Amino acid sequence: MASKDSKDQDPRIAKISSAIRIIPDFPKPGIMFQDITTLLLDTKAFKDTIDLFVERYRDQNISVVAGVEARGFIFGPPIALAIGAKFVPMRKPKKLPGEVISEEYSLEYGTDKIEMHVGAVQPGERALVIDDLIATGGTLCAAIKLLERVGVNVVECACVIELPELKGREKLGGKSLFILVEGEGA
Amino acid sequence: MFAEENGLKGDPRLQHISQSIRVVPHFPKNGIMFQDITTLLLDHKAFKDTVDIFVDRYRDMHISVVAGIEARGFVFGSSVALGIGAKFVPLRKPRKLPGEVIFEKYSLEYGTDCLELHVGAVQPGERAIVIDDLVATGGTLSAGIRLLERAGAEVVECACVIGVPEVKGRCKLLGKPLYVLVEPRQVDQCF
Repeated sequence: MASKDSKDQDPRIAKISSAIRIIPDFPKPGIMFQDITTLLLDTKAFKDTIDLFVERYRDQNISVVAGVEARGFIFGPPIALAIGAKFVPMRKPKKLPGEVISEEYSLEYGTDKIEMHVGAVQPGERALVIDDLIATGGTLCAAIKLLERVGVNVVECACVIELPELKGREKLGGKSLFILVEGEGA
Repeated sequence: MFAEENGLKGDPRLQHISQSIRVVPHFPKNGIMFQDITTLLLDHKAFKDTVDIFVDRYRDMHISVVAGIEARGFVFGSSVALGIGAKFVPLRKPRKLPGEVIFEKYSLEYGTDCLELHVGAVQPGERAIVIDDLVATGGTLSAGIRLLERAGAEVVECACVIGVPEVKGRCKLLGKPLYVLVEPRQVDQCF
């Protein structure tokens, strides 16, 4: 994690963290929602966020940045462009127009699905999975499985925020997780 | 206006961008030739060129807000915002934005939909552009323009990768200019 040890903390991290707005009781009572839209309004903090990921991944021969709909579509593409990788959107059902493969995952009540276009990635490609936040890890776990099913090597998952109390990082099938800031889940 | 008519005539990047877009027939329903930009995103040069063309156009226009329409507008908008040093403001479907919002309804072929903007994201007097992947009827973009204007921003232009030929003649939306890179293709020539 970029900010684990405060004496080594990158000076950009503190501003990124303070640019994120907490909205209590959204989407339901008890949840402290981590709102990244305020980070996107701070041009320096947003640029620093992208730069921190780009610096980490630019020399790792990553050819695929997979971003989870919809906030992963904000952070993923600039990273992909900067490191010379393709951007692959991982979407909710029925949004992608071509032939897809899908992976189901559990919600608190019920299940959901994410989808990826057939042919978007090739076996052996090295990939990152990006989202704004990791909570329970269900969505990221589904994204990793989708990519691995078609022979992609998922090098790491990258999120701006982790809610460590929810232990999402244990759901990633052994994949490493890189985050910038920690938040409280509930 | 189309980019070709506005300074980019013969620019080879436009042809490459056009050909990197996949046409998916009869999606989401019969008769629609869906313009799939996901294949453009797989082509690093085409994607970079797309963003660069918008950044080159807007960097000296004192734009402080790039508003992107959920979800494909997010894919292009955040990179353009970063490229010109502007804030990125997501315009979202209902109940996604967690804070206080203003909303604007717009018509669909059957029924209505709604776009929301966070209160306080945009300040009066800011100069803004609205970005989406494609403009057809202009209903969604118009809702985006109205939201930004209600927040006091000046919408300078709407920017789309793809625009139906009809927008050539009517190159303004609610009085705002429209800047488009390519037309939709009818037949798939790639992928």
